[in-house]
Amino acid sequence: MKAILGFAVAKLRVAWRQLTSMRTALVLLFLLAVASIPGSILPQQGVNPEKINQYFVKHPDLAPVIDKLGGFDVFRSPWFAAIYLLLFTSLIGCILPRTRDHLRALLRRVPDAPKRMERLPAHHQGRTALGAAEVAAGLRGWRTVTREQPDGTVTVAAERGFLKETGNLVFHTALIGVLVGVALGSMQGWHANRLLVQGPEQAFCTTPQQFDEYNPGTGVSASALPKYCLELTGFQASYLDNGQAKSYGATVEVSGEKTETKEFSVNHPLRLGDANVYLLGHGYAAILRYTDTNGRVQTAVVPFLPIDQQTLTSEGVATFPDANADPKTGKPDRTKQVAFSGLYVPTAPESGMAARSIYPEERNPRLVLTFYQGDLGLDQGVPSSVYQLNQKQVAAGKLKQIGEGKSLEKGGSWTLEDGSKLEFLGTRPFITVSLRHDPGEPVVLVSILFVLGGLMLTLSGKRRRVWVRLTPAGDGTNLLEVGGLPRSEYPGFAAEFAGVIAKLGITEMGDDTREPVDALR
Amino acid sequence: MNLSTLSDNLLVFAILGYLVAMILHASEYSLAGKRRAATAAAPARELVGAGGPPVAVPAEPDIPAGPDLGTRLGGWAVYATGLAVLLHLGTVATRGLAAGRMPWGNMYEFVLAVTLVGGVAWLGVMVQLPKLRLLGLPLTVVQILLLGFAGLVLYTQISPLVPALQSYWFVIHVTSVVTASGLLLVGFVPAAMFLVRNGHDDGRVRFPYTLGARLPNAEALERLTFRLHAFAFPLFTFGVAAGAVWAEAAWGRYWGWDPKETWAFISWVVYAGYLHARSTPSVNRRVVMWIAVLGFLTMLMNLFGVNFFFTGLHSYAGVS
Ligand code: HEM
Repeated sequence: MKAILGFAVAKLRVAWRQLTSMRTALVLLFLLAVASIPGSILPQQGVNPEKINQYFVKHPDLAPVIDKLGGFDVFRSPWFAAIYLLLFTSLIGCILPRTRDHLRALLRRVPDAPKRMERLPAHHQGRTALGAAEVAAGLRGWRTVTREQPDGTVTVAAERGFLKETGNLVFHTALIGVLVGVALGSMQGWHANRLLVQGPEQAFCTTPQQFDEYNPGTGVSASALPKYCLELTGFQASYLDNGQAKSYGATVEVSGEKTETKEFSVNHPLRLGDANVYLLGHGYAAILRYTDTNGRVQTAVVPFLPIDQQTLTSEGVATFPDANADPKTGKPDRTKQVAFSGLYVPTAPESGMAARSIYPEERNPRLVLTFYQGDLGLDQGVPSSVYQLNQKQVAAGKLKQIGEGKSLEKGGSWTLEDGSKLEFLGTRPFITVSLRHDPGEPVVLVSILFVLGGLMLTLSGKRRRVWVRLTPAGDGTNLLEVGGLPRSEYPGFAAEFAGVIAKLGITEMGDDTREPVDALR
Repeated sequence: MNLSTLSDNLLVFAILGYLVAMILHASEYSLAGKRRAATAAAPARELVGAGGPPVAVPAEPDIPAGPDLGTRLGGWAVYATGLAVLLHLGTVATRGLAAGRMPWGNMYEFVLAVTLVGGVAWLGVMVQLPKLRLLGLPLTVVQILLLGFAGLVLYTQISPLVPALQSYWFVIHVTSVVTASGLLLVGFVPAAMFLVRNGHDDGRVRFPYTLGARLPNAEALERLTFRLHAFAFPLFTFGVAAGAVWAEAAWGRYWGWDPKETWAFISWVVYAGYLHARSTPSVNRRVVMWIAVLGFLTMLMNLFGVNFFFTGLHSYAGVS
């Protein structure tokens, strides 16, 4: 039993040593790089989810397999996690013993000069009037230890450049800090998106129901959300002649504990205590009034989503599920629900097709719509986009296009075949915002600063040792021998060694005098 | 002629300047064979006396009597490179003046700026380590290819920055990434040449290795590669981190695995792998240098591949 246990422990030891070796770290680093590549090629859940659907349509056989393997969410897939967790385990296993060794090295006295200094990469001999104390004092910035030897000689051992290893350990440890910060953010953070049309009745408050999309971290409860409401009160944009946006910004009224008006724009988010609000995009919402066959009037504010950023040609759909409902009971008629689908064009060309905008600002706005009637398929329990018609219903013939499409100017109206009427009253701007709370952010930021500091120390630092041996010559002067040992890549060591020697008050040269070869010269 | 056209014209002259430098380097290269044969007998080790005590330095064993033609051509090549870099600087500066902003707002300008840093860094190497001059040949080839590609394929009219790019973090981010990329470009050259030289030393006689005969020795190439990478890596790290700070302000998240971010991560990991491999004695030097070369290929992938093939939030590339 004991033997088996011993065997197992030995095996584990070997495995641990394997895992924490530099070679393993290298292999894992490469796996990490290679494993990231599909994340840049395939559409990703967190980056461009809409493209995933397209991918499924284009590659119906391949897509489900890729999906199973986590290919559409590479950076949260188990195999990606396995690689970086192994890497970080290896990292910890690497840092701990090195920290111990480094602390020991810091506490230990600099080792004594080797017996045969002429074997060192840098070597120098001569005669000096200085004594050991003066030599040691001359080595400012070096850790020195002076030792009197039994044979009457004195050695001064000096070392510097400990910061290199310190920096390396700081760097590697800070990498763990980055990981911790990222993990904290994904557990305790949340983010949400919302499309916000201008106007007091369009305001929203920070509750999960009022977000268009809400992604809480695993440890976030809805009660942790901050409590405020946002209303869009103004939006300003300016464009170049070619339609490229020059600047845009939004004015909002924030009502929480107190009500304030604030402005924000791309790159200048609203920093609202615990959750920041970011301006992601903007567009136009059309105000439509529909009078159904019973004479009932409904008004809808319908955002049209830009399909082309340069010109803000946008698409959207206005649905009127209660249209033509029974006037007495108010029960909707599933065969006579109404929808209008089409494009909003802020600047239609003077001639030709109105279906493509030529400029993002409203200079010649047009609404190009098609009339649909039938069952909108709204209460089938399947979440469907509010910006598109339910294509299943259209395909099943339950929702039919009636007549030709129509292009409406602002203020224009359209009398439909069944006698109902649609009026295009005007537009309002909308913005899309992202609300975000990430408690891991400061941890990541501070860790990155340590990563950078540590990196610079470790990559610019050089560990090196110098020894001086003084042998009394009997006439008050000392015979002197100097040796130098760069312990890491250090092309400037020759110059530094020369500088040290220059301070030793050497009056006479010895014959074996040699400086380190600098292969780069 | 307005500034923008001036910039376009200067680019042509800068490319011509690099072309002249390349031809001069190539001439030196083809003449260098004789010199190498002449100096082969001289002792290989040289001493460094700079700033040191009066050490008995033997006479420079390098050049027997006065510079030969090849050496003179090589010297001119460096001057030609200097001139090309000045013209190149003019190209970038006039472009920036014409645009009224930092001249790295799209891919064309980005490549111009990276190669400019590369040119300047290379002149710095020449000042410090003139013996590695023959590397100027592959370096000028790389410069000409990149600049030619920029001028012919990537060229875009001057336009102001889209709102997402109007941030001083953008300036910090792109400046540091451009500088790091330029240094990594110069680091790539000795890494690739190491592989050629090392292959030659191992007795390989097929095409690229035959070029190795006259290249600087493998160890010097290896050390230069390391120094450039050791300098560029923290800068690249800083650049990526600054990008994350900017992304936080613009999009609300510091990291989103957008294709560009993903490839920056890949490059970073590969270069970290290079630094690791280099400090592990059991890893073959050729493998180490291949990793450095691979690192640069991932940078190129990020610059060209991602901008052309993928779309992400970073698609300010402006090539249509
Ligand atoms: C999370 C992944 C890691 C990254 C991104 C990383 C990155 C780096 C970088 C950039 C360097 C160069 C700095 C220098 O030369 O001092 C370095 C050095 C070093 N790393 Fe890592 N490292 C990682 C994991 C590890 C692991 C797991 C080990 C242990 C097996 C390790 C051991 C070392 C050692 C010993 C050095 C110093 C090499 C030298 O003496 O020059 N690293 N690392």
